[in-house]
Amino acid sequence: MAVEARPAPRSPHGRARLMALGRATKPIREARGTARVMLWAGAAITLFFIVLAVFAPLISPYGFSEYKSGGVRFPQLAHPSAAHWMGTTVQSSDVMARVIWGAQTELEVVAIALVMALTIGVPLGLLSGYFGGPLDRALVVVMDALFAFPYLLIAIVIAFLLSNSSIGGGILTAAIAITVAYVPLYFRVVRNHVISLREEAYVDAARALGARPRTIIRKYVFFNVVQNVPPIATLNAADAILLLAALGFLGYGIQPTQGAEWGYDINRAVSDASSGIWWTGLFPGLAIVLLVTGLTLLGEGLNETLNPVLRRRRFGRIDFEPLPEEML
Amino acid sequence: MTGTSLRTYLITRIALVLPMVFILLTLVFLLMRVAPGNPIEASLGGHVPQSAIKQIEHQLGFDKPLYTQYGNYLWDIARGNFGTTITDNRPLSQIIKQNGAATLELTFFAMIVAIVVGVFVGLVAGRFRDTWLDVGGRFFGILVYATPVFFLGLMAQLVFGVWLGWLPISDQASPLTAALLKTHTNIYFLDAIIDGNWSALWDITKHLILPATTLGLVTAGVFIRLVRVNVIRTLRDDYIEAARARGITERRVVYNHAFKNALVPVITVVGLNLALLLGGAVLTETTFNWPGIGHELVLYLENRDYVAVQGIIVLFALVVVAVSVLVDFLNAYVDPRIRY
Repeated sequence: MAVEARPAPRSPHGRARLMALGRATKPIREARGTARVMLWAGAAITLFFIVLAVFAPLISPYGFSEYKSGGVRFPQLAHPSAAHWMGTTVQSSDVMARVIWGAQTELEVVAIALVMALTIGVPLGLLSGYFGGPLDRALVVVMDALFAFPYLLIAIVIAFLLSNSSIGGGILTAAIAITVAYVPLYFRVVRNHVISLREEAYVDAARALGARPRTIIRKYVFFNVVQNVPPIATLNAADAILLLAALGFLGYGIQPTQGAEWGYDINRAVSDASSGIWWTGLFPGLAIVLLVTGLTLLGEGLNETLNPVLRRRRFGRIDFEPLPEEML
Repeated sequence: MTGTSLRTYLITRIALVLPMVFILLTLVFLLMRVAPGNPIEASLGGHVPQSAIKQIEHQLGFDKPLYTQYGNYLWDIARGNFGTTITDNRPLSQIIKQNGAATLELTFFAMIVAIVVGVFVGLVAGRFRDTWLDVGGRFFGILVYATPVFFLGLMAQLVFGVWLGWLPISDQASPLTAALLKTHTNIYFLDAIIDGNWSALWDITKHLILPATTLGLVTAGVFIRLVRVNVIRTLRDDYIEAARARGITERRVVYNHAFKNALVPVITVVGLNLALLLGGAVLTETTFNWPGIGHELVLYLENRDYVAVQGIIVLFALVVVAVSVLVDFLNAYVDPRIRY
């Protein structure tokens, strides 16, 4: 007899999903005070940069490497003016255009890097933590060794080694370098959480009922663990922007012909600074600060609303009447 | 009793760290050797006859089988021999001694700035949770965290170096001071003190202020977050509630009971942040043209000098591991519950 796995009308199932989603987002809707402000301010700033990145061709007055318009070359190192709101660089390109196009590069690289780091780190952590054994021990030793290492150095070395290869310098190289630097983080977080969950009564109960490891991991462990990921991934995205900019600053990020990158622009601006030219460095730098601040606010806000240790209680402190003087 | 158990702890800890060192060294070796492209050819910059490449390969042992190379590599490091750079024939021990001293000077003062700023702002923010002081402190923390160290450095150079003209914006000392300073430790700051050379010390301090403050401020963000959360958590503890119940004033509860315990985990984080600080040092040194080891690393990376890059990376790995042992030891010393 064929077993109909799903009930024919899908609506009850769908509604349950919707309710689960509602439950999951409840803390966000109930966020209060500072956490709420941080959450929404962060979301607004992040959204602003996403809009900049997506609509860069429409928003930006010029291309990121455009140095002339209508056959007339832009002035070199020109002060901010009506024609060039943020001035021009030594190569005559428009600083504002580079800042806007930079948003696209940064978000693209960081998105690719995070997706790769998550798809490698989370499953590894899940399996390693759940099954244990010699593979787990070997992975832990390797990941701990990597984790202890300054991740900027890991990224530099990876980018350096890859720049020799056919992949060359570019978006993929930068993304791979950042991925390698962050996999250990996700591995550790997920694995440690899985280990604490493995001994939980409800996981034991599932095991006693004869559920296969696959089912247990998928239905009971995964969703518990994955709750931790959004705040970490958001904070990590902030970190990854800084890392990418650092790589660019050292000359291992995006090549200038491939896209605008804020870190690279700041590197160029260091030599301008000694002659008092501020606009080539200030604006790309401010863009980094603003985007990283936005992502951090979003991540911290998420953390504070989702993490029960930090979550603000609904009721305030209970204050007692002060004791009368003579009793002290 | 305490002495024995602490020693046992230290020995166990060091025994446990050896596999980690081994893994790190192996990872570095594999990365550098498995990487695509011929390292020797790359570091010589093309247009070199094959015979010359072969000769250098032979000198460095790159023509031997991989496992022999691996064995030699481990043996060399065990003896403290980090090799000699390909591009300018400099022994790495010399780089470690000279440039390492400059990095040590920078990171030491940066760490002081980070701890002072981080602990102060964190304590205030945690103590006055949800007041404007807390909001201000946290925002400051996020802002310094969000600022790339090289951007902060650039702005500091513009304001204090170029516009106000108060402080020098590059190098570790003026050329004259550097030339006249006698070498004892390679750490300029100490050398000047040892000789009682106060004019040199003033010059060195002026060069140190911008890089150290820049690196320190950026690192402080992590401390602010951590100290704040710790203060909040500690103020919720039972013993604090008990102290309050005994009628001790809130002031004393906070300053005498809570703050000390809130600061214990900071030791760990100071250690963990050394890794962060080393990463930041690479960038700070590049921004301020500070002749530290990170600055050298960047130069050798540009010249594609594999031996130099490998040696410096190995050194960083060893430093990170050594500090993690030291931090664990300090923690065990402060908190007896941690000992095995």
